Amino acid sequence: MANFLFYFFALLALVSAALVVVSKNPVNAALGLLLSLVGVAGLFVLLHAALLAFVLLLVYAGAVVALFLFIIMLLDTRPEQSKPLPRMTLIAATLGGALLVVGVLSLNQRAALSAGGAAVTGPTLKHYAEQLFTTYLLPVQLVGFLLLIAMLGVIVLSKKSDQAEERS
Amino acid sequence: MIVDLQHYLLLSAVLFVLGFFGVLLRKNTLVIYMCLELMLIAATIALVAFSHFNDTLDGNVFVFFILTIAAAEVAVGLAIVVALFRQRGTVQVEALNHLRH
Repeated sequence: MANFLFYFFALLALVSAALVVVSKNPVNAALGLLLSLVGVAGLFVLLHAALLAFVLLLVYAGAVVALFLFIIMLLDTRPEQSKPLPRMTLIAATLGGALLVVGVLSLNQRAALSAGGAAVTGPTLKHYAEQLFTTYLLPVQLVGFLLLIAMLGVIVLSKKSDQAEERS
Repeated sequence: MIVDLQHYLLLSAVLFVLGFFGVLLRKNTLVIYMCLELMLIAATIALVAFSHFNDTLDGNVFVFFILTIAAAEVAVGLAIVVALFRQRGTVQVEALNHLRH
């Protein structure tokens, strides 16, 4: 049963990620991202990280995808027309594909990964809180500071373009 | 066939490369942002899988930080895209090459 669920959620995540990459319409791409997130959240539940699945859906599906859809609506972009790709892009794409093949082959043949040792019960909220407020106390503070800076940056950015509009 | 760490790592690698190809091949800045998010999510899958199969919590805690930074990045990035659209009237990357000349 767990195997079937893994393959189901993995297929959901991959197919909708492919939809993000190939769809012409940005709205379809955003909805594909949403479906892909649902698949990844299912995988997190299978990995006994239900809290992370919840937070992923809350932050990404609730905030990020909604923000994307809002901006798409605001900008009113036309579907892009396909043009021949520049040569550098093709070289980079070939290199990326080759790197993936090498990575997967070495993962399958060379890597000595510990197979067992999987916990039967997942971590609870208490475990997360212990880690976040002891070992990772400094990163938590830094991330909070980063959020503050990002908020200030967004305010400054939207203010500046207002002044540019008044000038022109 | 039991699903183990290798399956999750393979899935994570394929998802990352899908996002990578999206960043390379797409022309719309918004879709490029979505593909960047896909790459971040692929990295989180690998972290959570490592954490689960090694019975530690560090990978899971890192996912919290990645989520926070992704949210901040999207907010700033979309503000830049909106400012760019106000200035230029387009979000297609081939039209945004003024730094080249």
